[in-house]
Formats: sequence, structure tokens, C-alpha cells
Amino acid sequence: MMKKLLAKTYIWILLVLLYVPIIFIGVFSFTEAKTLGNWTGFSMELYKNIFSGSVGGGTSLMAAIKNTLVIAVIAAAVSTILGTVSAIGIFNMRGRKKNTIQFLNNIPMINPDVITGVSLFLLFVFLHFSQGYLTVILAHITFCTPYVVLSVMPKLGQMNPNIYEAALDLGATPAQALRKVLVPQLRPGMVSGFILAFTMSLDDFAVTFFTRGTIGLETLSTYIYADARKGGLTPELRPLMTLIFTIILILLIVMNVRQGRSKDGQKPIIPVK
Amino acid sequence: MSKRSNWAVPYLIFLVIFVALPLILIVVYAFQGQDGGFTFKNVTNFFTDGDALNTFAVSIEVAIENTLICLLLGYPAAYILANKDLNKSAVTVILFILPMWINALMRTLATAELFNVLGFSLGKGTLLFGLVYDYLPFMIYPIYNVLLKMDTSYAEAAADLGATPVQVFGKVTLPLSMPGISSGILMVFMPTVSTFAISEFLTNNKIKLFGTIIQENINSSMWNYGAALSLIMLLIIGLTTLLLGGDKENAVEGGTV
Repeated sequence: MMKKLLAKTYIWILLVLLYVPIIFIGVFSFTEAKTLGNWTGFSMELYKNIFSGSVGGGTSLMAAIKNTLVIAVIAAAVSTILGTVSAIGIFNMRGRKKNTIQFLNNIPMINPDVITGVSLFLLFVFLHFSQGYLTVILAHITFCTPYVVLSVMPKLGQMNPNIYEAALDLGATPAQALRKVLVPQLRPGMVSGFILAFTMSLDDFAVTFFTRGTIGLETLSTYIYADARKGGLTPELRPLMTLIFTIILILLIVMNVRQGRSKDGQKPIIPVK
Repeated sequence: MSKRSNWAVPYLIFLVIFVALPLILIVVYAFQGQDGGFTFKNVTNFFTDGDALNTFAVSIEVAIENTLICLLLGYPAAYILANKDLNKSAVTVILFILPMWINALMRTLATAELFNVLGFSLGKGTLLFGLVYDYLPFMIYPIYNVLLKMDTSYAEAAADLGATPVQVFGKVTLPLSMPGISSGILMVFMPTVSTFAISEFLTNNKIKLFGTIIQENINSSMWNYGAALSLIMLLIIGLTTLLLGGDKENAVEGGTV
């Protein structure tokens, strides 16, 4: 009994420590004060500012939010398609070729962000590829796709391979068999993969930082970085961080509940820096 | 059957261009001089560059300290979370995983701001606290996974045969959880060394870590030197992975929550 109480206390102390800074930002997103830590009464003003687009620092924060979302949606969509098709291919591979592609697939997950960023930066320099929107999206696809492959693979293992063959035997074209047989069975893995890729892209700072070039492209992370370097966060970042945290919280709970319900032993995949 | 294996060919080409080639380019640029010829100068420069050497030493020291603190705090937490008598709720596990998904930059800024408001002066202490705060979940999760999958009958057998609880832990549970510890160390140590931006915010620019040196050189167009430093970073990654025999893939695949 004593042991249990001790264990519970320890866990909750750690959890409180982990969440204090996030809650702190959340609480102070409901007051207007310029400096963090000053409470000047409850106010939704900062939230209103975000949604009306009238943010203190001009329109750049709104542009950064838009860029972040556009990049995340495109990168997640392309990664999901590329990752799913490749997972089917890898699943049907044998021997050395399979090991090679799996080894390459693991590298972006093992490498620290800085190395991924620098190496892609050098690639674009080497190819004389001018850096901007496109290079950031390509870079995001590079580190997102391995996670989609990992989410879809277990679904392929659970699938009966004969159903696809049967569809072909019954006269379906490979494209029809893919759309009507494979995709519906792989959908849970694809959805998890998409959510993973989307959050990874949303969160990225280092890789974007190195591959965005000098055209002044800002995403939320690079904006926050620049803002913090100038000293003092734009007050509107408080509600924004709170919103992002809440959205990710909801996405993760949805993902876990979905997986819990399917009861097929699908495991959650965690991001690795 | 063989036809469907071709579906991975576009991705294989993609991986060669965007994963393999960039890593090769790090090596190429690291050994290239201003004139484009082959040189060891970039790599040897590192050993005479006081600033970079110092940052390197500090990074390794901070990373070791961070890893140790995370291990000491994280192991008991993972042990409690994986023990069915002590913890029945999956929600607490999810709560530990959640912060991994929040932008490290945001979490760091929140921590730094909190320290500012509380009146702590930013320095080594706040840096370590912030790093532990950032990386603790990455230590807990792999250990939790291994402990969860562990066959409890070994520990029970040891206890039945007269081992004290301390002996059971030291001779059975701890050795069996080594793979999780290796993965955890791998997931905390390397990212700490390569951290950039985070340490500046937590120390008010007083302490730089190795990732920042790489970033500064790349940003000031010292590509060759930046590539040489990245190569050194890559070698350390290879070395730690080899030493720990850790398997990050295991950690990525995770366990049932």
C-alpha cells in the first residue's frame, strides 16, 4: 500500500514537472499583458487577434502559419502515398534488396535533425537547386515517409495476400485491385501514417531552417526562433502554442483510441529526434 | 509477386537521391578545400579551433550529464508504469509520451520563460533542467517497452528461490532491461550533442552546444568546415550506436499503450 502511494506520487510529480511550462503558457494566453508572467485580467484578446489576423508583428505571423499548414498538408499527403506504395513493394521484396531499402529508410529516423538538415542543404547546393518552398517540402517528405512505411507495414502483415490475387484473377486491373482491395485494408495504417507525418512536419524546425534558402520563407518554428532571438515573444504566440498543443493532444488521443478499438495489436509509433 | 516488389523502386530512387547522396556529400564537402581540391584541412582545423573544441567538450559533458539524470529519473518511472500492480492506467503512459510531440523549441521557450518569471538566472543549471525536461520521455519510453514485454516469471522464480527484492532487481530485472536502457541512452545522448537553438535560449547565449557550431558555419557560408563538423558528428553517432549495440528501430516501433 505504502509502496503504491510512493509510486503514484513519484509519477505525478514527474508529470507535473513535465507539464508546468505548457500549462504556464496556456494560462497566460488568456491575458493581454505584453510580458509573460504579468496577469492583467482575463481576456480573449490574443485569441481574437490570431483569428482576425491583426497580430502585433504585422502579417508575418499569419503568413508563417499559412506556410506551415501548406507545407505540412502537402508533405503528409505525398509521404502517405509514397510510403504506402513503397511499403507494399518492400513487403514483397526479398533478401539484400529488401535489407538495403530498409536500411536507407531507417537513416532519416536515426539521424539528428541537424545532420538531416545540413546534408539536404548540401544536396541542394550541389544540384544548384534554388532553395525555397519546394526544397522544404522535399526535405519534409524525406523525413516523413519512413514513418508512413513503418505504420503501413504491420497492416500488410495482417492482410490475406490471396484477396489481392483473387481480385486480379477475377479480372480487376492492378489499379482497380489497389483501389478496391488493398487501400481499404491498409487505410488504418495510412491514416496513422498521415497524422504522424503531419505532426512531424508541423513540429520541424532544424530541417526547415537549413533548406528554406534566403527567400525569407518563414514557418511557425522559424518565426518563433527569430522572434525569440529578438528578445521577448510576440504575445500572440502564447495562444498559438496553446492551440497547437491542444490540437496535437486531440490528434494523439484520437489515434490511440482508434488503435485501442481495433484491438489488433497495432502499436503507436513515436517520433524520434 | 515479383512485380509488386517493383512498387518500391521509385522510393528506392528517392532514398538514394535524398538520403544516401546527401550523406556522401557531407564527406565530399568535408574533404574539399576552397579551390575545390582534396584536402584534410577542414578536419584538422577542428583540432586547432579552440572555440569548436571547447564547444565539443562542453556538448559531450552536458550530454553525459543529461543522459545520466534522465536514466536515474526515468528508470523508476518506466518501472512503475510497466508494473501492473502499481499502474493500471494507460492514460498516464500517454501523458508521458505526449510532450515528445510538441515542438522542442516551443517547450524550451516555455521553460526558459518560466525560469525568467521565477527569477532564476539562466546558466548551466537551467540548461540541464530544460534538457532533462525535453528528453526524459525519450528515456522512459524504450525502457517502459522492454519492461512491459519482460517475462515476469524469471523475477518470480528468483524470489521463490530465495533472492531478496534487491537481488531480484539487480540480477534479473536490470540485466533483462538493458536493451531498453541502450535505446534510451541512444535517444537522449546523440540529440543532446547535436542540439542547436535550445541551449542558447536556456542559457541566454552563455552555453553553445555542437549543433550550433555546425549551424553557424553553414549559415556563414563555411560549407566545407560545416560539413567537416557534421562528419565528426556522424562518426560519433556511428560510434555510440556501435558501442551500445542499441536498436533505435525497436524504440520507434514502440509497444502497446
